Amino acid sequence: MKRFLVAYATAVYLFLYLPLAVLGAFSVNASKIAVWRGFTWNWYTQVFHNEALLQGMMNSLIIAISATVICTVLGTLAGYALWKRRSALLVGSLFLSLLTPEIVAGVSLLAFFEWLFRFVHVQLGMYTVILAHVSFCLVYVVMVILARLRTFDGSLEEAALDLGATEWEAFRRITVPLLWPAILAAALLCFTVSFDDYVITSLVAGVNSETLPMIIYAMARRGVSPEVNALSVLITVGLGVLILVAGRLENAS
Amino acid sequence: MKRLRAIFLAPSALVMALLFFAPLLIVLAYSLLTRGPYGGVMLPWSGESYTRAFDPLYGEILWRSIWIAALSTFLCAVLAFPLALFIARSQKHKTLLLNLVMLPFWTSFLIRTYAWMFLLRDTGLINSALEGLHLIRAPLPLLFNSGAVVLGLVYGYLPFMVLPLYATLEKLDGALLDAAADLGASPFVSVWRIVLPLSRPGLIAGCVLVFVPCLGAYLTPDLMGGGKTVMLGNLVQNQFTSARDWPFGSAVSLLLMLLVVVVTALLSRKSEELL
Repeated sequence: MKRFLVAYATAVYLFLYLPLAVLGAFSVNASKIAVWRGFTWNWYTQVFHNEALLQGMMNSLIIAISATVICTVLGTLAGYALWKRRSALLVGSLFLSLLTPEIVAGVSLLAFFEWLFRFVHVQLGMYTVILAHVSFCLVYVVMVILARLRTFDGSLEEAALDLGATEWEAFRRITVPLLWPAILAAALLCFTVSFDDYVITSLVAGVNSETLPMIIYAMARRGVSPEVNALSVLITVGLGVLILVAGRLENAS
Repeated sequence: MKRLRAIFLAPSALVMALLFFAPLLIVLAYSLLTRGPYGGVMLPWSGESYTRAFDPLYGEILWRSIWIAALSTFLCAVLAFPLALFIARSQKHKTLLLNLVMLPFWTSFLIRTYAWMFLLRDTGLINSALEGLHLIRAPLPLLFNSGAVVLGLVYGYLPFMVLPLYATLEKLDGALLDAAADLGASPFVSVWRIVLPLSRPGLIAGCVLVFVPCLGAYLTPDLMGGGKTVMLGNLVQNQFTSARDWPFGSAVSLLLMLLVVVVTALLSRKSEELL
């Protein structure tokens, strides 16, 4: 039994990591096709000299950072308030937003923005993408904050209140400092979710707001490109590091 | 406290109202309108989009979505159960082993799909290798079919099955297995007759977490199915982009949403536990 489980688990881990490992191996392959022709850093250099990719990276960073800042502030406040007393309506809505298929969220936001533009004369662009990202990332922040608060010692805050602090002061000077690791973890999680999104982004993006996932999608459809392999490795490693840091922070708190 | 709480909740409530519910209401209104001559929507109100959604042509897409999601969920359970059992029973490195399962999930979904396309394409690694070894003459059609879609979904959502299964298996009382062994049950029998039934809550939670996103999948069938395996998500996208029939796309969106909510509600009565 023990040996069976070890073998089975090994096979599943291979299934999980082998495709990514292969991608990594071929990102340093000198040949353009899937045949090994020796080692090269060439594709990585090309990634950093590709204007479209760099622009996409820039857009993705602006969008993900904006959405993260907004969601982290709003989500932390909401998580704290929900910890004090649950609001079935807000928790239910957040949960529903988590369940909603991405494509449905995407087309409904598209329809909403297009309807709104009848009254306000603006167009789809970076800010519609940022608003869309805020709407689907918020739940992740609230989830992380609520999970942390579940094991949080409320008596510290009560002590502060007894000693004459106002509720805001108690929150600001006692709870927030103690919550910092969880807040940071929530922010990192939010960033990765936002940075990776393709489905919703592609629907609400305008002409000048092409993101990195949109470029990768277009390249993936066209065929094998070693440049995408290199880019994929860079993103996977980058996001992987963020997630590991987030996990550490969550455990530390 | 009441005022501070209201101030803290208001911005998030506003985000949900304006950027989640308002768009859904617009979609609801659009689904009941008529398609305009150049796309878009116009009056009169009509329920025609909903009647059309139940046309056999689209029923086929609905069934395909359901069986692809169901098959993917089943395969995830088959892969995840022994793995979760292995992690729960290992003496040390539990967290590390679990994190190794979760890590790929939090990195890019798009890139993980691309990685499989790189392996499965006609000019991909597997076909190149087989041709190089002269085992095949023409590339095998590994990509752009329903099988590839199921593979992509299983690969994408496996962690969602492992996590809740691990959570229940970890709490399992080891004495039960000792007792079963003392009474002569083989390890496989005790897993089948004791561990599996006791891990039902985790298994159900895992099934919800995998089945629901698979049902509404768009990216995986789009990329790995190559437009040949049309699921509900692809139908919605197509109506909003190339077909430009927003009322029909809206109706399908809402039906998909309804399906997802009903399935979740049926399978998990205590949805709060998941949040």
